[in-house]
Amino acid sequence: MSASLDTTLKPVVPPPDWLPLALAPVLALAALPLVGSPATWATLTLAGLAMGMMIFIMASGLTLIFGLMDVLNFAHAAFITLGAYSATLLLGPRSDWLGADSLVLNAGALLVMVALASAVAAAAGFAFERVIVRPVYGRHLHQILVTVGGLIVAQQLITAAWGPVQVALPLPASFRGIVLVGEVAVERYRLVAVAIGLVVFAAMLLVLNRTRIGLLIRAGVENPEMVEALGYRIRRLFVGVFVAGSALAGLGGVMWGFYREALTPGMGLELTVLVFIVVIIGGLGSVGGCFVGALLVALTANYAGFLAPKLALGSNIVLMVAILLWRSRGLYPVAKR
Amino acid sequence: MPEPLLSLSGVHTHVGPYHILQGVDLAVPGGGVTALLGRNGAGKTSTLRTVMGLWRASAGAIRFAGLEITKAATPDLARGGIAYVPETMSVFSDLTVRENLVLAARAGPPDAARLDWILTLFPALRTFWSVAAGVLSGGQKQMLSVARAIVEPRQLILVDEPTKGLAPAVVANMLAAFAELKRTETTILLVEQNFHFARSLADTVAVMDNGRVVHAGRMAALAADDGLQRRLLGLSLDSHQ
Ligand SMILES: Nc1ncnc2c1ncn2[C@@H]1O[C@H](COP(=O)(O)OP(=O)(O)OP(=O)(O)O)[C@@H](O)[C@H]1O
Ligand SMILES: [Mg+2]
Repeated sequence: MSASLDTTLKPVVPPPDWLPLALAPVLALAALPLVGSPATWATLTLAGLAMGMMIFIMASGLTLIFGLMDVLNFAHAAFITLGAYSATLLLGPRSDWLGADSLVLNAGALLVMVALASAVAAAAGFAFERVIVRPVYGRHLHQILVTVGGLIVAQQLITAAWGPVQVALPLPASFRGIVLVGEVAVERYRLVAVAIGLVVFAAMLLVLNRTRIGLLIRAGVENPEMVEALGYRIRRLFVGVFVAGSALAGLGGVMWGFYREALTPGMGLELTVLVFIVVIIGGLGSVGGCFVGALLVALTANYAGFLAPKLALGSNIVLMVAILLWRSRGLYPVAKR
Repeated sequence: MPEPLLSLSGVHTHVGPYHILQGVDLAVPGGGVTALLGRNGAGKTSTLRTVMGLWRASAGAIRFAGLEITKAATPDLARGGIAYVPETMSVFSDLTVRENLVLAARAGPPDAARLDWILTLFPALRTFWSVAAGVLSGGQKQMLSVARAIVEPRQLILVDEPTKGLAPAVVANMLAAFAELKRTETTILLVEQNFHFARSLADTVAVMDNGRVVHAGRMAALAADDGLQRRLLGLSLDSHQ
């Protein structure tokens, strides 16, 4: 029976780990009695889901950049802000579409602005990777210094270009206002944000699980050296992921801008605190963990903001600590060599 | 005499402050198996890593198939025909057996006949085709790691202790697979601590100690000379039987 031994030795396949997926529903249900009114609860929950999707979009690129190349990129915040601001460039030229009483033109305007935001952030990411990040691979302290420096410079440039005060980013007419579902007032744009978030998440899962590039990214997160030994140039892969991650930051940024209908030069930095919490909660390098983490963080922020506004940010720190006590490497730890 | 397929002359490697390889001279003739032996810490793994470009030689020259490759990047070496089976196996644990092999076939979908041949060498991989590599047994991971290196024909494969920690039955499977692989065009540079395994496969042998090659010659000659074995391999021979 000798040589067949390892043929018959069945691997112990662990069951899929669904537990983290239950956390967001459990959190939402637990909040219901605390909030009291079901209508208010439904509104808060939808707000949390919409915000969660936007945070997820911003965080997903960052988690892959960290997972794949071990690069701590604090300048991710700059791409969020830059994406949002670049959308305002179209406010003048496309104001006819924005204000028009036509869903098609409105959606078109939104689409063009979102595309521009992603493209500008992607281009900035490409340049940033070449000039700033490349020389500091493998040196965390240097990465923190140069990317924080890059963030400060970018914020200054944005302030110089658009001014230090708030800039308006009005939503196209069709996406404003609410629809009533029973007694629950549902903001239209929140539904749009949830839809976009789900599409982005689905697309990322599809790419990561069904394409060669996706397999390479997952393999590279685990063991970049072995990917190179198979003949792939990991640097190119990394540039691609960095650019895509920056584009996602820009996309998340412009979506957030529309959500608030106002931009400030510090918006990216403010969001980055949540984004980093999400990346840590999710497990560095895990897109699925990032998605669950973003929903948890955003739901917590919304419930806490309603129940105890002063504790809103603190509540997320508590959430992070609780999750790390449960799973010290995040919800879905990624295998590392 | 024809030029060896792979040759190292006076290769030094530093890792951080450590001077690990201290002038390695090694010739691997094309078309056979060369065993690289030596006690723990002798520098065998470091030699393979340096050839594969994972560590950079600080002095000396490495030639492969008539070309100087001392400064070549790892992906270029892989594309140029060198495959690597690391000591740690390094299967991608989040990917299935199939996905691991799909990635290893860089030029496109794996050739069906060749894949079939590999799965005949390692039937376990066929059985667990769609299982995540992370949950395989140690022996199955080792099989996958070897399979990954040969899914596309390569001129030279560097194999680092393929029998380490394996049950005797799996070692037997591994031996049969390498014997079969040896019949193809592939040249194998095999790092081993298991002298019996190495002796069954290798035509030539090099023995390392303290970051240098201290003996090189025919395997048959070393296998026949108990005194030489004791002197060169010392305790490592007994401790790995
Ligand atoms: N990453 C590293 N940093 C510093 N020193 C290292 C590193 N890897 C190995 N060494 C040292 O280099 C020497 C050679 O190690 P190497 O792994 O090449 O030996 P080996 O012959 O493969 O041994 P083994 O049989 O234990 O696998 C050892 O003294 C080891 O301690
Ligand atoms: Mg070794």
